[in-house]
Amino acid sequence: MGHYYLRRTARVFVTIWLVASLSFGLIRLLPGGPFTLLRANLLRQGVPASEVDARIANLQNIRPNAPLWEQYFDYMFAAAQGNLGTSISLDEPVSQVIAEAVPWTVFIVLVSTILIFVFGILLGAIQAYWEGSRFDQLVSGVSITLMSVPFYVVAVLALFVFAYQFGWFPPAGTIGPTVEPGLTPEFVLSALKHAVLPIFSYTITGIGGQALAMRGNSIQVLGNDYVEVARLRGLSDRRIATRYVARNAILPLYTGFLLLLGFRLGGTVILEQIFSYPGLGYYMWSALESNDYPLMMGTFLVITIALVIGVYIADLTYGIIDPRISRGETDAY
Amino acid sequence: MPTETEDKESVSWQSDSGVSADVTRGERLSEFFEERVRKPAIVAWADRRTRIGLVILAFYIGMAVVAVFDLYRAPSTNQAPQLIGPFESWAYPLGTTMSGVDLLSLIIHSTPDILLMIIAGGVWATAIAVLVGTLAGYKGGMVDRVLMSISDVVMAIPGLPLVIILAVTFNPKNPIVLGILINISYWAGLGRSLRSQVLTIREDSYVEASRTMGVGTPRIILKDIIPNLMPYVTVNFVFAARYVVFASIGLFFLGVLPYSVQNWGVTLNYAYSGGALLTWEAAHWLLFPMIAIMGLSLALILLGQGMDRVFNPRVRTRLAESSESTRATDDTTEGY
Repeated sequence: MGHYYLRRTARVFVTIWLVASLSFGLIRLLPGGPFTLLRANLLRQGVPASEVDARIANLQNIRPNAPLWEQYFDYMFAAAQGNLGTSISLDEPVSQVIAEAVPWTVFIVLVSTILIFVFGILLGAIQAYWEGSRFDQLVSGVSITLMSVPFYVVAVLALFVFAYQFGWFPPAGTIGPTVEPGLTPEFVLSALKHAVLPIFSYTITGIGGQALAMRGNSIQVLGNDYVEVARLRGLSDRRIATRYVARNAILPLYTGFLLLLGFRLGGTVILEQIFSYPGLGYYMWSALESNDYPLMMGTFLVITIALVIGVYIADLTYGIIDPRISRGETDAY
Repeated sequence: MPTETEDKESVSWQSDSGVSADVTRGERLSEFFEERVRKPAIVAWADRRTRIGLVILAFYIGMAVVAVFDLYRAPSTNQAPQLIGPFESWAYPLGTTMSGVDLLSLIIHSTPDILLMIIAGGVWATAIAVLVGTLAGYKGGMVDRVLMSISDVVMAIPGLPLVIILAVTFNPKNPIVLGILINISYWAGLGRSLRSQVLTIREDSYVEASRTMGVGTPRIILKDIIPNLMPYVTVNFVFAARYVVFASIGLFFLGVLPYSVQNWGVTLNYAYSGGALLTWEAAHWLLFPMIAIMGLSLALILLGQGMDRVFNPRVRTRLAESSESTRATDDTTEGY
């Protein structure tokens, strides 16, 4: 077991290293190369030609004239120290921009994922318990309909109706313009008010799929012999529902958590742009718009790291939830 | 899980021998048709969800045909007065946009590319997933470890941001390339779950029999393992296709993907930035592309959900009336 955790931890670092390398390689593939556009921009801004190379080196942690492998090592060493270069459009260190953006994105993604799990599991369990009832059919129908609505459609509609037409919620930003950051009631209230619509659009479109999956799993578990045996042993319904059915039905969902989390984290690029919510996704999009490659690659790297850490935590806790889990290798044929 | 019908085939004393003079090619073909086409079709059609899904999908294919054969005028700017409301005139049933483009023709003419894109994305994702999943699951050992490590890494890269960066880098305009690009990392999760299914199949007696007979790995994977995975693969093909719809329209909406013809996502983007959010008068400009997207994904989800049942062996034999014994035993999950 200890061996497994060691390998699992090593994989986190390998993944991050690979993605960092990937981002380094992709910068080189970008249209016109990484420096052509930047050089043109700097010259247009009136930077003397003699200083341009130094500026570029400063911005991207790369000396443009050095051999490729040296550029690679420079880039990786800087990234390992948290130095992701300087944003061209915002003229701030990328790491600083990202540090301000990360909490908001994590907040939105975490809250909506938890809500999806809680509501999806509850709904699915009730549906499975009353399988075939009117309630079951109704919820299934609604779930399938909601699954077919992309979250950005809900986001745009919510923005249209609740922000612009009724004016109940602010259409942009993370907190009100006059609110000071800090643990004051106004700050919390303002932050929640700004986050309601993004979280709502993420949650409402995700619950359906979870509920359907939970319903299917529960029905399958209910048909198992050990549930029948538990019933014959005279265990209470509550005990059967929580310890026997729910536990076994939730397990497969927990592994799906990984894909769900990745989907939500990636989706913030669209979601945060719609609500002008300055999180990671928002900055990634705006970096794209302004050809700000250091910022773009920095946000990409950090979104990936967030996902890797999330999955890592999920994997490590999986063994606690399901003690049966076997990490054995299979025989080679 | 081997089903009754599939067991019969894998024992295959009657259909695969080739030596027996009793079974002609025609009979084999008709048996294939019976087992793989007619029965699934009957079961599929019996399920209401599949039926609705297929009808909606047929409607989209119809739109694509109309667009391909140019049976309805192509969208162009200033072909109509600006911002006509929906259902106001017969000439422009869904109304027009700010720049005077007929919304109906916009929606119709973006269908073929989107259908091409989702098919390409779905085929790519499932093909790679089947390859990786079966190879890793069946071979085990080193191959398994390497393939699963790779897919773990791929799974750890968030899909949309990667697609965005690739789209910016390669700037693809061809819908097929775009579909593949959007599902570039989709195979990882699917491959992993296929692998765990293969892990149970590989221990089945008929696979073991093939192995002891000295049948090679490619043939075992092709003949013994993949047929058993087909149901799962088909269902996931539909879900992969739905993912392409969601992701591509979302990225078109963001304005990240390059495009040569306006499609639902681009229209949504123009409507969004053109101020359709602010007034009810322009709301149709936003709503109809949205309905087009939701209709297509609804069709795909219904199809996936319904097909899940088609491949449930118990439902299948009961509906195709091929087995007497299964009819009475279908109430195991009732009564709780």
